[in-house]
Amino acid sequence: MRRASWFNIVSVALGLAFLYLPIAILVIYSFNASRLVSVWGGWSMRWYAALLGDRDMLDSAWISLRIAAVSASAATVLGTLGAIALVRGGRFRGRLVFSGMVYAPLVMPEVITGLSLLLLFVALDVDRGFWTIAIAHTTLTMCFVTVVVQARLLDFDTSLEEAAMDLGCPPLKTFLAVTLPLIAPAIVSGWMLAFTLSLDDLVVASFTTGPGATTLPIRIYSEVRLGVKPEINAVCTLMIAAVALAVVTASLASKWRVVSGE
Amino acid sequence: MTNAQRARKAPDTPARRQVILLPYVWLVVFFLLPFVIVLKISLSQTAIAQPPYTPLLDPAEGLAGLRDFFAALSFDSYALLVSDPIYVLSYLRSLAIAALSTALLLVIGYPIAYGITRAPRRWQPILFMLVVLPFWTSFLIRIYAWINILQREGLLNQVLLTLHVVDAPVTWLATDTAIYIGIVYSYLPFMVLPIYATLDKLPESLLEAAADLGCPRWKTFWLVTLPLSLAGVLAGVLLCFIPIVGEFVIPDLLGGSDSLMIGQTLWVEFFGNKDWPAASAVTVVLLILLVAPILLFQSRRAPRLER
Repeated sequence: MRRASWFNIVSVALGLAFLYLPIAILVIYSFNASRLVSVWGGWSMRWYAALLGDRDMLDSAWISLRIAAVSASAATVLGTLGAIALVRGGRFRGRLVFSGMVYAPLVMPEVITGLSLLLLFVALDVDRGFWTIAIAHTTLTMCFVTVVVQARLLDFDTSLEEAAMDLGCPPLKTFLAVTLPLIAPAIVSGWMLAFTLSLDDLVVASFTTGPGATTLPIRIYSEVRLGVKPEINAVCTLMIAAVALAVVTASLASKWRVVSGE
Repeated sequence: MTNAQRARKAPDTPARRQVILLPYVWLVVFFLLPFVIVLKISLSQTAIAQPPYTPLLDPAEGLAGLRDFFAALSFDSYALLVSDPIYVLSYLRSLAIAALSTALLLVIGYPIAYGITRAPRRWQPILFMLVVLPFWTSFLIRIYAWINILQREGLLNQVLLTLHVVDAPVTWLATDTAIYIGIVYSYLPFMVLPIYATLDKLPESLLEAAADLGCPRWKTFWLVTLPLSLAGVLAGVLLCFIPIVGEFVIPDLLGGSDSLMIGQTLWVEFFGNKDWPAASAVTVVLLILLVAPILLFQSRRAPRLER
């Protein structure tokens, strides 16, 4: 019964072509020797070389990576705790409010989140910059971590935890020795998701940034508004390569875990 | 006894309750509280100051302060939203674009999700991965990639000219068509994933039963597959529609400057005109417009974690 019709094959093929063609074109044009998009001037690495000399761009990349690392780590801790509370916490007071606060940011338009966080920071009279962006990104991404970890928690056998507890293992030790290793893959992918979301974010960062904290998307955006530049193609290609590398590594690692029988 | 039942039976140790505290407080402070402040500022007056609005409630002044606070509340910003057609048009335009592009996403995304479930079992994880992968690359980059293609000297016009489909370059960039292309491109994974997830769980036996009883394939799809995948369709629709209404980057980079979506209006009001109360009022009204779909989204998600 499970047979693919020509319609099924064509729709999947067209869909994937639609998703990948623009990215492929972007990557190819980053190697174009000519400055003009309309002219193919042969293969060249000159835009990558130009990038190495672009201090502003490199600084922004460094800021973005640091913000992403900090906020992804904080979001992973908060998001994992949130997932545990939602799955294992039973019925606690304010559960409805909490699950609402966890799911709303997933769909909330970024302009709303960005503006409201900025107004909070202004009301608290804090200096805006690196840390305000990090806090904003933590808030934004912890919900994604919660969803990922929660799916894993719902999936595995609680009898393992119960066995440990029955044998007199204290709750904290049970969590560290039994639960944590079991949900570790989900925590890792949650962290990666939070990291890339933070690295990617333009809107929330634009609202919550301050002097000296121009993230990579903010810098790219201000350049892109002025038109297509081959240097930007090169930056984008590097970012795509980094993400592709990370995703391939992660999936290979999880395969290896399966193979090694974990 | 299922896992779910066991979990429900497990005693609530105090430690389990305490883990909630940190994320709870974090979300209250950084997600809920900001909305209260937005509401407050939307009701204050624009002032030429830093920050550019009349001050917040000062608790040190006690009751007198509270009276001053209520006296100072102003609905000027909301009056502005109603009186200046630019805002109303922006809202309507955003809702219309979001509705049409969500419909487009559904029409394009459903066959893709369905096609993946029809593929051979061992191919499915790979195809699924390929649909998810673009979501991991930067949103901004994916929009930017389309500027390369859609601009006047871009690839699309070159191809069309070479094939003699058109005689002169067509303006693609800065049109609504470009906005729709950008939105469909960016949000496609969000539509495909939930639909694929429900279709994947659909018991094969139902389809076999229909086939055994002589039901033609299209009719099986119409009577069995489609109705049973509506939950996924609804999730996909909400996951796309709500953020698209407030979309900023796509219309800003791909769209024209003559008519704005509400996210752009908010952005201009805030960064351009520095009118914080007006920007806050725009946000409050946008939230009110989206509150019904957001609640619907949450009520669809919530039963899944009630285990």
